[in-house]
Amino acid sequence: MKTSRAVWIAGIAAAIALPFVHRDPYHLHILVLILIWSFAYTSWSIMGRFGLVSLGHGGFMGVGAYVTALLWNHLGMSPWLGIPLAMAAAALLAVVVGYPCFRFRITGHYFVLVTLALSGIVLQVITATRDYTGGSLGYTPDRATSGRQLLALQFDDKVIWYFIALSIWLLGLLIWRWIDHSMGRYAMEAISEDEDAAAAVGVNVTAEKLKITVISALMTALAGALYCQYQMFISPDTVSGISVSLQMAFAAIVGGLYVSFGPTIGAVITILLAETLRIGFGTNAVGWDNLVYGVLLVLFIIFLPKGILGSVIEKLKTQRKPSLKS
Amino acid sequence: MQAFLDIFDIYLLEAVINGILLGGVLALLALGLNLIFGVIDVTWICYAELVMIGMYGMYFMVQVYGLPYWIAAPLTILLVAALGAALHYIVIAPLLTAPPINQLLATGGVLFILQSFATVAFGIEFRNLGIRLPVLMFGDMNFSYARLLSFAAALIGMVVVYLFMTRTFTGTAIRAISQDRQIMSLMGVDTKRLYIVTSALGGALAGLAACLLVLQYDVHPFVGLSFGPITFLICVLGGLGNFIGGFIAAFVFAEIISLGGLFSDLEWGYVLAFAFFIVMMFIRPAGLLARRR
Repeated sequence: MKTSRAVWIAGIAAAIALPFVHRDPYHLHILVLILIWSFAYTSWSIMGRFGLVSLGHGGFMGVGAYVTALLWNHLGMSPWLGIPLAMAAAALLAVVVGYPCFRFRITGHYFVLVTLALSGIVLQVITATRDYTGGSLGYTPDRATSGRQLLALQFDDKVIWYFIALSIWLLGLLIWRWIDHSMGRYAMEAISEDEDAAAAVGVNVTAEKLKITVISALMTALAGALYCQYQMFISPDTVSGISVSLQMAFAAIVGGLYVSFGPTIGAVITILLAETLRIGFGTNAVGWDNLVYGVLLVLFIIFLPKGILGSVIEKLKTQRKPSLKS
Repeated sequence: MQAFLDIFDIYLLEAVINGILLGGVLALLALGLNLIFGVIDVTWICYAELVMIGMYGMYFMVQVYGLPYWIAAPLTILLVAALGAALHYIVIAPLLTAPPINQLLATGGVLFILQSFATVAFGIEFRNLGIRLPVLMFGDMNFSYARLLSFAAALIGMVVVYLFMTRTFTGTAIRAISQDRQIMSLMGVDTKRLYIVTSALGGALAGLAACLLVLQYDVHPFVGLSFGPITFLICVLGGLGNFIGGFIAAFVFAEIISLGGLFSDLEWGYVLAFAFFIVMMFIRPAGLLARRR
């Protein structure tokens, strides 16, 4: 246990020191993207690891990004207030959709299809309210006048963003750890094995599931809002809709759904893949990255359902066990 | 009273009838998805994308190679049926024993593949068949022949499937397999073959829907997203695997979309349909026709 703590501290110290040593803006940009998306993927896995496969996270992310940006542009409300409001909106959406699902035992296929429709509908709403949201052309938060950058949460310096993203990413891992060590985890594991049996031993199935869903929705909305503040441009296709939901599922599965660093590995792989393809193919890359994603997703589910990190850890464990016995 | 009369006018009737016509195609899609789910117990997330590929097939055969519509349509149905069988053979068959969620996500990967394949191969331009069917005037109401034709063809397609399922040996075997998976293979039925046949049939229904939808809508790589989610809602509301429930739910949803579109944008019709769906989940969580437990 001691060594792992030392590794943690060393790792975090190295991550903090990094921008002072290496300031290449492009590399920092990639790192910020990886960290923000890792957080989003982690929030998906928090639900996904218990068999609650949601394809509605694109909807939560869209709500997070758009509500924050709309409040800033139309009401002049600072993202410091706007982001909590956007997260609350996403949580409300999660309750409205989640409660009937959990209360009436809508699980498995049904749950996936309902949440899938949710992300589709959020996309439709953003497109339909094009007078406010700019529709499918995308939306840009108004630039803050100088001196108000902090209020508007808009920074030109990539180093500041790197630290914001790093702390968010650490927050995601801490939440994962917190859930991992909580009673809720045992409840959720029991539920994912057998819902009736879990209910019979006194687990409040609806409440437990709702709790985990709301946590996940809050985190996803935060990721969406930060992504919007960082990129200063959002469009329905990049922060909402079915493809974003599937992208989250894909990255989490590729990295490894059941281990805390899995989604991060997934984010590293997917973003580096997308960037390599973008540089390699230039503007012809449109579509190619998703084509590769899709093929990989299918291959991973068939051959490596535990993900890269999950499989590696499993292999290490099985190798270590015989050596302990001998 | 006057305000009521203003709303309840000829346009309302037109919207109601157009809703019924739209419902035909949606029912066809729901039937295909229900068939796959009922027999193989998987959900094809990429079902609407199969339709999209079919629509491109129609576009290329009619616009680029100059085939007449009546020859291109059966070819498209065959093409998408082959695609459905291939989807089962390549992706679903290795996952038959895997958890259902994995099967579902794998078809999600196929959704990515088909969508981006269309983007890479055909570009993101909107394309249409260039066939403009005349508009039927009935009183003061306008109905496009395209919609009437789709409705009729969708109904015929559904009747053909019904006859196939009830009157042929293969159809009977498919219905039996959906009742008990294990026993059927003990009875000497080749389940693998039946799964392929069912997948091809589901694909064929998607192909038929593609032939009909291409008459009314432009095709682009993301066209599947505009009716995919609604198809899933229909299937869940009707009860997955429940053919009659799906049929009724399709018309309910089509009416909501059509009437919502009358008073506001079409997108709001979809939003309204979703809100309705959430409410219905509280009332009938196991689907419209579920027996009360």
